[in-house]
Amino acid sequence: MKKYFQPEIETASLEDMRALQNEKLVKQVKHVYENVEYYRNLMDEKGVKPEDIKGVEDLHKLPFLTKADLREAYPYGLLATDLKNCVRIQSTSGTTGKRVVAFYTQGDVDLWEDCCARAITAVGGTNEDVCQVAYGYGLFTGGAGMNGGSHKVGCLTLPMSSGNTERQIQFMRDLHATILCCTPSYAAYIGESIKDMGVKPEDLDLKAGIFGAEPWTEEMRRDIEKSLGLKAYDIYGLTETSGPGVAFECEAQKGMHINEDHFYAEIIDPETGEVLPEGSKGELVFTSLDKEAFPLLRYRTRDICVLSREKCSCGRTLIKMSKPMGRSDDMLIIRGVNVFPSQIETVLIKEGYSSNYLIEVDRENNTDTLDVYVELNPEQFSDTVKSLTAMEKALANAMKIMLGINPKVHLVAPKTITRSEGKAVRVIDKRKLHD
Amino acid sequence: MSVKQISVFIENKKGKLAEATRFIADHNINLRALSIADTQDFGILRIICDDPKNAQAALNEGGYITTVTDVLAAAISDTPGSLATILEVLSDADVVVEYTYAFNSSKAGAYMIFRVDDNQVAAAALAGAGIAMANQEDLF
Repeated sequence: MKKYFQPEIETASLEDMRALQNEKLVKQVKHVYENVEYYRNLMDEKGVKPEDIKGVEDLHKLPFLTKADLREAYPYGLLATDLKNCVRIQSTSGTTGKRVVAFYTQGDVDLWEDCCARAITAVGGTNEDVCQVAYGYGLFTGGAGMNGGSHKVGCLTLPMSSGNTERQIQFMRDLHATILCCTPSYAAYIGESIKDMGVKPEDLDLKAGIFGAEPWTEEMRRDIEKSLGLKAYDIYGLTETSGPGVAFECEAQKGMHINEDHFYAEIIDPETGEVLPEGSKGELVFTSLDKEAFPLLRYRTRDICVLSREKCSCGRTLIKMSKPMGRSDDMLIIRGVNVFPSQIETVLIKEGYSSNYLIEVDRENNTDTLDVYVELNPEQFSDTVKSLTAMEKALANAMKIMLGINPKVHLVAPKTITRSEGKAVRVIDKRKLHD
Repeated sequence: MSVKQISVFIENKKGKLAEATRFIADHNINLRALSIADTQDFGILRIICDDPKNAQAALNEGGYITTVTDVLAAAISDTPGSLATILEVLSDADVVVEYTYAFNSSKAGAYMIFRVDDNQVAAAALAGAGIAMANQEDLF
């Protein structure tokens, strides 16, 4: 059985990996400087020339890119090649106003799918496996990435997309799926559904699950493993860098190996931007090393985690990242969708409500819930229940259009949402996502 | 021919109604009639009292959200079918009733309070059917 998809990379010595990274980085910086005016301006402002970057040691000299840059440059501002060389677009999930559009050449798609193939191989996937991809297909990177990775490994691929759970389970049984790829919350839901349908985990052939796109806990991992009779593995990625497969878990189930021949990782202090030594907790920053269409240098993910080069029992030498332990901004991931409190505030102001609000996120039966408490303005008060519930509904609809997910809106009396002295507490996240 | 009703927004949480009624008592507002509509999140406390203007001012001062609505108070006799008769009159006049509640006082007798979509049409229809209605001062 093939243990590694690309052993020469996955088990390379640190020295070889550094040499490869340095070589690729020099080219990548040159490519960006020559083709992306937006980033060239950032470099010029900082007084950095491509020649100043001779290897990853010099990376700290380069300016950061943030989500705000991506929005400002939307849609073509960070494109580094002619559109005629691009074959694909993917986009972040349903967050109006914060949408990120990423472009791919065939080469970019290939390297991305290689990364996903490494992840599938790492959980024991071979051409004898049946890989059920229950991530959403379409603009979302989950379906496309794992689908491509599964092809590369040679698995029989079931391109199910998400939803239609009964059919998922029927195919899973009848076609003997051995690997399941989806969000952890959907995996948990499938686990509950098979129970309701009277199917036992031992009736299924599943051996491994690759679950990502949202935070999940060790407790959830154990629940899913039990309910589906498989081993559950984490996978990390973001549309900005390509999609899932930037980092993946191996048999050790202890941290995710970063595909660092394509994505160089740094940990910085989110306040000062200073690079922190290995083992420090800080914000994860990625630099693509060989992307053609949408290369990003020093992209701040806002995910807080720790990097470690400790020896791994799987034999891979790729550096590992811990599960993200939080965010350095206020972004929430709710049902796999990125939500910023500011988006909710925008809707409230637009709809004529007070901007004093409280967001409460919780997880019931492994599904995220979003409750928004909004203070009612005196002039909006009407003495019929009908009109107040209609107001709640209209507001929930407006938020759904903005966020892509359905919140529950609760009108509350004015001045009942606690006002703290300094920074207002806008979000209460009751999910215990970080162990 | 109408009566001023004060509606107060109250969160549907333990103790909130007690808090509001205590507040009303502490401000020497004498409640004559009261009804509550509620949902899972909030309730609307509707009250009829002797000095609606001052009562509303006090409630607003106390941080409550209030609104004043003109409602109709129709006299009702202590006989079977008297409420049905009133509702039929309103229905025949194409008046939509949002809500209704009862109100009884030893001085003024029994009344039904009606919140309708058109007070004028409703009052005319009730008057035409010989149903007595009360003004604010009649109730106190």
